[in-house]
Amino acid sequence: MRVLAAMSGGVDSAVAAARAVEAGHDVTGVHLALARNPQTYRTGARGCCTLEDSRDARRAADVLGIPFYVWDLADRFHEDVVETFVAEYAAGRTPNPCLRCNEKIKFAAVLDRAVALGFDAVVTGHHARLGPDGLLRRSVDLAKDQSYVLAVLTREQLDRSIFPLGDSTKAQVREEAARRGLAVADKPDSHDICFIADGDTRGFLADRLGEAPGEIVDARTGAVVGAHSGAYAYTVGQRKGLSLGVPAPDGKPRYVLSITPKTNTVTVGPAEALEVSTVAAERPVWTGGPAPDAALDCEVQLRAHGQVVPATVRLDGAELRAELREPVRGVAAGQAIVAYRPDPAGDVVLGSATISATA
Amino acid sequence: MTYLDHAATTPMLEEALEAYAATAREVGNPSSLHAAGRCARRRVEESRERVAAALGARPSEVVFTGGGTESDNLAVKGIFWARRAADPGRSRVVASAVEHHAVLDSVEWLAGREGATAHWLPVDQTGRLDPDRLAAELDAHAAEVALVTAMWANNEVGSVQPVAALAEVAAAYGIPFHTDAVQAVGQVPVDFAASGVAALTVTGHKLGGPVGVGALLLGRDVACTPVLHGGGQERDVRSGTLDAAGIVAFAVAVEIAVKAQQEYSARVAALRDDLVARVRQAVPEALYNGDPTDRLPGNAHFSFPGCEGDALLMLLDAQGIACSTGSACSAGVAQPSHVLLAMGADDDRARSSLRFSLGHTSTAEDVDALVAALPGVVERARRAGAIKSARG
Repeated sequence: MRVLAAMSGGVDSAVAAARAVEAGHDVTGVHLALARNPQTYRTGARGCCTLEDSRDARRAADVLGIPFYVWDLADRFHEDVVETFVAEYAAGRTPNPCLRCNEKIKFAAVLDRAVALGFDAVVTGHHARLGPDGLLRRSVDLAKDQSYVLAVLTREQLDRSIFPLGDSTKAQVREEAARRGLAVADKPDSHDICFIADGDTRGFLADRLGEAPGEIVDARTGAVVGAHSGAYAYTVGQRKGLSLGVPAPDGKPRYVLSITPKTNTVTVGPAEALEVSTVAAERPVWTGGPAPDAALDCEVQLRAHGQVVPATVRLDGAELRAELREPVRGVAAGQAIVAYRPDPAGDVVLGSATISATA
Repeated sequence: MTYLDHAATTPMLEEALEAYAATAREVGNPSSLHAAGRCARRRVEESRERVAAALGARPSEVVFTGGGTESDNLAVKGIFWARRAADPGRSRVVASAVEHHAVLDSVEWLAGREGATAHWLPVDQTGRLDPDRLAAELDAHAAEVALVTAMWANNEVGSVQPVAALAEVAAAYGIPFHTDAVQAVGQVPVDFAASGVAALTVTGHKLGGPVGVGALLLGRDVACTPVLHGGGQERDVRSGTLDAAGIVAFAVAVEIAVKAQQEYSARVAALRDDLVARVRQAVPEALYNGDPTDRLPGNAHFSFPGCEGDALLMLLDAQGIACSTGSACSAGVAQPSHVLLAMGADDDRARSSLRFSLGHTSTAEDVDALVAALPGVVERARRAGAIKSARG
């Protein structure tokens, strides 16, 4: 097959490309330039969008002996990922930009262009399994598993994707990179959000949304217990950084329970009040078999690297509803709910949707 | 491989390679006082005389540098600084809008960091400058202008500028005129003295010499403040140990390229004309950019509506055909060409362009290979372009 390897400049995508070459594919490496001004994005160790990362990716492609190009997707990335990220926070939700980037950039803009240019598939260094049965499964390395941020992909997108790393642990990937003479073998993992240079999400949002002072209200007493300079900066389940001036009646810590953009209010309360047992979610995608027409027992995960709980899921047209068998704390609208079927060969992604409401 | 990117760099001439290797085997710093140093110095000075003779300059007007970018930086910044130091009122730099980044960014740096005012001379739809526009600018601002800089021939679309006429205008106002002739030497007749310019940039690797060596031809009466400080090896204007091997090979290449220029340009222009005619036949909607006649013999530059230049480049590369989308930025991301935008092209036309540049090793087979591959490549790139615009 003619395949396009998306190469971030990190160790995973370099080894993924190497494995694609070894599997006999005709591989072309592409680095996605996502920053309008690369200097403003995270550098080297922490990101995937800087000039240094671009050079690392080029060097890896040299070592593999494959052609290499840079594709400029900065405008698309800004529109579909960065602006959406800001808008979601402004609407009181907590977005996952990596998931949106997979949905809109890597497996949409890039994949479409690749197919039009004569490629059969896109190869990435995501840690997830995608075998001949077409089912997306968790990586063998559960600590590095990225099936959660890939669960948004449709059948058509998965059919054109190759994830060569799913059967390996991160340690094995690093070892293999060193063995293959790839200089990125010991490059630190990227983490946090690539387009927020200093890791200060609150500051990033404040720059774009401006200061919007408002009240922090205790859910039980209705009393104003603090002030904030922008409700968008808070996430459901958050405990730190609230600076509440009035102690809780029971002296216990309080958490953000909800954000109400309309009134610019952040509501706080005790940990128990965070517990959620019903989740409603929109824009469902179902790839783990035929969409269920009745209630389905499975497991669900409600945020990246979050806990997995048993649940009953119903798919009703444009909505997915899940009854959790045990309550979960800190479920934020805007995150994805991903349904898994437990499987000894790797838990299978059944489907996903974007959380819209909880109870 | 079908190499159609000679304007980026062209293969070294066998004679230059041999001269390089022979000189590199000898030890000796041209600035040393012993016999080995004197021997190296002799090679450098002979080379200086050969370059001067080939380009219509005096040997003392040849300042060897590390190549085109350094020469451009030295000319633009050095002449600006010297002129402003002599007269603080002279802080205006007049430059063409289609300069190579080595000039463009130097001027912008002066504007951003040194308090200069940049004035960009517009070009017409073929990329050519109008000496009358320069005269009008100098009429209005002669007392404030530090220097004028305009390239001899454009690296992207190949348009050749009326350099002598422009230099004459500048001279009439007593203003030094610099020209970046990197693309011109060996392609069209270039004579430093006859052109009337005060400073001229030339580099080795575009004419069969090595990369990393070039010269600034600098009139003896033109004041220029150094950019690189150190031993003052080159007229106190440029410091750094002289690269004897590079300079010797550069001089050999300049001499051969200039001597062969007429014959070369006739042969390559005929190939290029064939390429242009057949590309137009194979892809009728292709738009030919640049001046149809006043043009570098090896340059063919097209826009392919509906396609993205980088997609075309990638697809041709996959078939063993090397060409260019124009000037690439540091991350390798294609920016719409400032040259095409200055010529009045819209963003899409600028982004859909490709440069094919022929050179001394080009053959009819190269043209055949391109013409055979191009229709399929354009068709595929157009489909990819359509998807992208459909989505937004």
